Amino acid sequence: MWRSRRARRAISAVLWYAALGITAAVVMLPYAWMISTSLKSPGEIFTYPPNWIPRTWRFRNYIEAWNAAPFGRYFFNSTLVALAVTAGQIITCALAAFAFARMEFKGKRVMFALFLSTTMISTQVTLVPSYLVLKALRWLDTYQALIVPFLANAFGVFLMRQYFMTLPRELEDAARLDGCGRLRFLWQVVLPLSKPVIASQALFAFMGNWNAYLWPLVVTTSERMRTLQIGLHYFVSQEGGTQWGVFMAATVLVSLPVVILYLIVQKSFVEGIATTGIQGT
Amino acid sequence: MAGMARRRHRWWHRWGEETFAAYLFLLPSLVVFAVFVFFPLFFSFYASLTRWNLPFKPTFIGLSNYRYLFTDEIGAPEFLHSVRNSFYYALGVPLNMAVSLAVALLLNRRLRGVSVFRTAYFLPTITSTAAISVIWLWVYHPADYGLLNSILMWLGFPPLRWLRDPHLAMPALILMGIWHGMGYNIVIFLAGLQAIPAHLYEAAEIDGAGSWARFWKITWPLLGPTTFYVLVVGVINSLKAFTQIHVMTQGGPLGATTTITYYLYQQAFERFAMGQASAVACILFVLLFVLTLIQFRVVGSRIHYE
Repeated sequence: MWRSRRARRAISAVLWYAALGITAAVVMLPYAWMISTSLKSPGEIFTYPPNWIPRTWRFRNYIEAWNAAPFGRYFFNSTLVALAVTAGQIITCALAAFAFARMEFKGKRVMFALFLSTTMISTQVTLVPSYLVLKALRWLDTYQALIVPFLANAFGVFLMRQYFMTLPRELEDAARLDGCGRLRFLWQVVLPLSKPVIASQALFAFMGNWNAYLWPLVVTTSERMRTLQIGLHYFVSQEGGTQWGVFMAATVLVSLPVVILYLIVQKSFVEGIATTGIQGT
Repeated sequence: MAGMARRRHRWWHRWGEETFAAYLFLLPSLVVFAVFVFFPLFFSFYASLTRWNLPFKPTFIGLSNYRYLFTDEIGAPEFLHSVRNSFYYALGVPLNMAVSLAVALLLNRRLRGVSVFRTAYFLPTITSTAAISVIWLWVYHPADYGLLNSILMWLGFPPLRWLRDPHLAMPALILMGIWHGMGYNIVIFLAGLQAIPAHLYEAAEIDGAGSWARFWKITWPLLGPTTFYVLVVGVINSLKAFTQIHVMTQGGPLGATTTITYYLYQQAFERFAMGQASAVACILFVLLFVLTLIQFRVVGSRIHYE
């Protein structure tokens, strides 16, 4: 009885690992295919059956990809825009969240509903008029066009508001007695206490913006304003679709920064999604 | 007199000053929302009632754009086809949910190495859709050295044309979508599974319920809200899908993958028919609005409102 139960447990564990291992392998297959191809010479790419480990490792694909299109510039654009949006969102979200969490004011419910309603209106729906607004402002093909429309985020406001509400009321009373204004209280007391929520909001903002496609596609017209995602698409579609080794090398270069960031902070990222339902991309 | 002044002072003190300050705090967000969310939304309604082919000026034509989309000999088949394609694409959502729930059930055990698997499943979700689309262009390459075709041939099947075949292009996008979106669904399902109290399972086990019965009698009903949330979010995302179509098929072959969002993009930025594009945007807005309302009703508890 004892032994058979133990044996059954061992078998179930083995089956469990096998099932998870196979699905994980299937999930990883396209990545492995990408990396394998990125290291092959053209002659080796167009062979059947394919060999997974290149006979000669061709690291030159990466250098060729980097030099074939202004990826350095794309990289700079993506980083600049994502960082600016992240920093800006933290500021606007913290201010609004503070008002909703710690202040009493007329019209609070209406304002809250108004913020809530923005989450129902997606980029796809407002694409045409937003584009026309930018055109009227003469902002097309500028950094402002890529940054300013994303400087407010209702999800971020809710996330921070939830957190701010958990901070004890006494903090505020003590600060008041010391003659500390609201803004200084927010900056010097609330924000330092809210590092976890700021970190997860920053992560969502950065990843979402870094991976954005439709908006940068529509508002950038010149090569020098493209972000990495748009640059990758143009690179692959303009080269005529045969240099798969170089294409895959470029794709590795484009996806690597976010993968590394994810591997570093994955715990808080996954927990953030589980508790809020917000999507990174 | 003195009493009134004092009362006024108190009012300013209690409401006026704080209200004024609160609106200053909301102002930065409100300005951005006003210019890039609310104004565009109302402007879309107006623009959908005009004939507006850039670079010309708009002229008011009433509901003609909507008539074009629903009854015109050329316009209606095109538009309705794109709506059908969007819902066809959304058929991937229940498939995705079945796979994700199965994996989440596997992951919902305290064994070593769970976090490694979770990391692996989640990787596609954080990789940008553009990068994933380029990878899968190569996976779906129609020659026999494409990844999927070489697997098919290894199994003894003939190679397929995948994205170049009008009947296979959409299923191919759905398959890729499952791979891409699984990680997100798994995380949400896992959170739902972990919220189910363990003593229910223990009691059922004492009563002699097998694992199949435990799943249908405990897990499935208690997971209901989570399942519904994942379903609605999935359908919303299907309707918004754009990147993979733009990178992989450009709506083809023969319009087989032109979804409603892609059709909107084509009208606006390939044909510069801003009025018609706005009408499509308004219809898309109504669809997404209804779905989001349903989502809020189900997950109201996720965003606590006082």
